[in-house]
Amino acid sequence: MIEIQDIHKAFGPKEILRGVNLSIPKGESMVIIGGSGTGKSVTLKCILGLVHPDKGKILVDGKDVEKQDREEFLSRFGMLFQGGALFDSLHVWENVAFRLLRGKLKRPKKEAREIAIEKLRRVGLTPDVADQYPAELSGGMQKRVGLARAIAAEPEIIFFDEPTTGLDPIMSGVINDLIREIVVEMGATAMTITHDMTSVRAIADKVAMLHGGKIRWTGPVSELDTCGDPYVHQFVSGSAEGPIEAVR
Amino acid sequence: MGLLSPIAALGRNVLSALAWVGRLSIFAAGTVRHIFTPPWYPREIWHALLTIGWLSLPVVGMTAIFTGAALALQIYDGSARFSAEAVVPQIVAIGMVRELGPVLGGLMVAARVASSVAAEIGTMKVTEQIDALVTLSTNPMKYLTAPRVLAATLSMPALVAVGDVIGIMGGYLVATQRLGFNAATYITNTVNILSFDDVFSGLVKGAVFGFLIALMGCYQGMQSGRGAQGVGKATKTAVVAASVLILASNYLLTEVFFSA
Ligand SMILES: Nc1ncnc2c1ncn2[C@@H]1O[C@H](COP(=O)(O)OP(=O)(O)OP(=O)(O)O)[C@@H](O)[C@H]1O
Ligand SMILES: [Mg+2]
Repeated sequence: MIEIQDIHKAFGPKEILRGVNLSIPKGESMVIIGGSGTGKSVTLKCILGLVHPDKGKILVDGKDVEKQDREEFLSRFGMLFQGGALFDSLHVWENVAFRLLRGKLKRPKKEAREIAIEKLRRVGLTPDVADQYPAELSGGMQKRVGLARAIAAEPEIIFFDEPTTGLDPIMSGVINDLIREIVVEMGATAMTITHDMTSVRAIADKVAMLHGGKIRWTGPVSELDTCGDPYVHQFVSGSAEGPIEAVR
Repeated sequence: MGLLSPIAALGRNVLSALAWVGRLSIFAAGTVRHIFTPPWYPREIWHALLTIGWLSLPVVGMTAIFTGAALALQIYDGSARFSAEAVVPQIVAIGMVRELGPVLGGLMVAARVASSVAAEIGTMKVTEQIDALVTLSTNPMKYLTAPRVLAATLSMPALVAVGDVIGIMGGYLVATQRLGFNAATYITNTVNILSFDDVFSGLVKGAVFGFLIALMGCYQGMQSGRGAQGVGKATKTAVVAASVLILASNYLLTEVFFSA
């Protein structure tokens, strides 16, 4: 259970978040939508403690995230960063198995490598990429390596920042199914940011729309088309006309 | 208001300089703590020893040999004015071991290592790799900073020692080949003049410079602004700050060792 309570965050004069409230029950898949630059990635980073909110509280299982043993806390999380954020000095398999090669989850190298290759297979990558460096892969392949790394240690809570951006439609479908599987099979709690409406419908239990620094609307994915909120309607239909200004 | 504004500007600069020193000190203290507390990352330390220490050998060696050679020529020419040419071996030895070996070696390593460390860590910062490390339950101070600072602190004295030997050899070559010194006497004079303190002080300087170099590289990298421009600025600041800190601490250390 993740509870975000009245989070504010400004970078210099730019107020990005102005009182975000959201709660994600355990084992649910929440998808966050919203325009570019509205602070979706910043919200995820606030939960992980990578960005410190100016005001507000975030509770995970009832405990304040700022007042916990960081390592212990973060070992429950997996995160796919928007830009992949792969370590370019390490081989692909060492990236995927990063958590399994050190710290509390450390296991023999051979076993870690096997798990890494298995996770790579799940995101549609062949074993031969395991021994390449991230810089040798295409953007979409890097994204999938990042995804494999996020799920490698089978975390309880997983964040995906635009998992299907830059992937072809078939691969997007594979990744959508994978995320759904992780939530259903592993019982993980997932938060996904995406701009891809097909993904939203495939992945989400619930959807939240971030706009103007606040959660504009949240509800079950089944109500996405019928909620009657003009902002959500404009976003879902992708029209240039509506309350959200498209500066031209 | 108009009259006071230069003073206000001065005050602001002094305050921001003090704030910088404060932040750097906290960073340095944290680094030292992480060096001495587990977990350690042997692979990272080994890699840092290789890239910071071993691969700096050519640069340090080249610097030392040419400096030693030029020093011998200068001392010969200068001491000829009062017919004291015989002091060349002694002065070359003391000059290299106490001052030029550590300082010039340190500056060259600063150019090589502070820049590459700052650029590497800065790039990791702007591409969210540092954030990724944190989310993978790995402390970037332990995984990135501690190994580099430890490796630089350990390998700089070794580099200085090698530089001392090569620098003295540069002086020896010029003195015996060009200036007509007797080879055996030159070596005897060199060995006789050098005391333990001379060599030891140079090695301590090396360790301090190594610490400062890697510390500045890591600190500026971690503080890097966004984008390629941020990394460029971090790299530049790291090299400049490391160089200035080397020269300033060299003066302080020389006071400590030799002013008594
Ligand atoms: N570290 C930072 N320093 C300054 N500004 C930042 C920082 N991180 C984010 N921002 C700003 O916060 C705003 C929101 O950024 P964020 O990355 O959360 O957007 P987003 O909703 O994820 O957009 P997108 O869909 O394009 O990824 C942007 O205007 C960005 O410039
Ligand atoms: Mg984003």
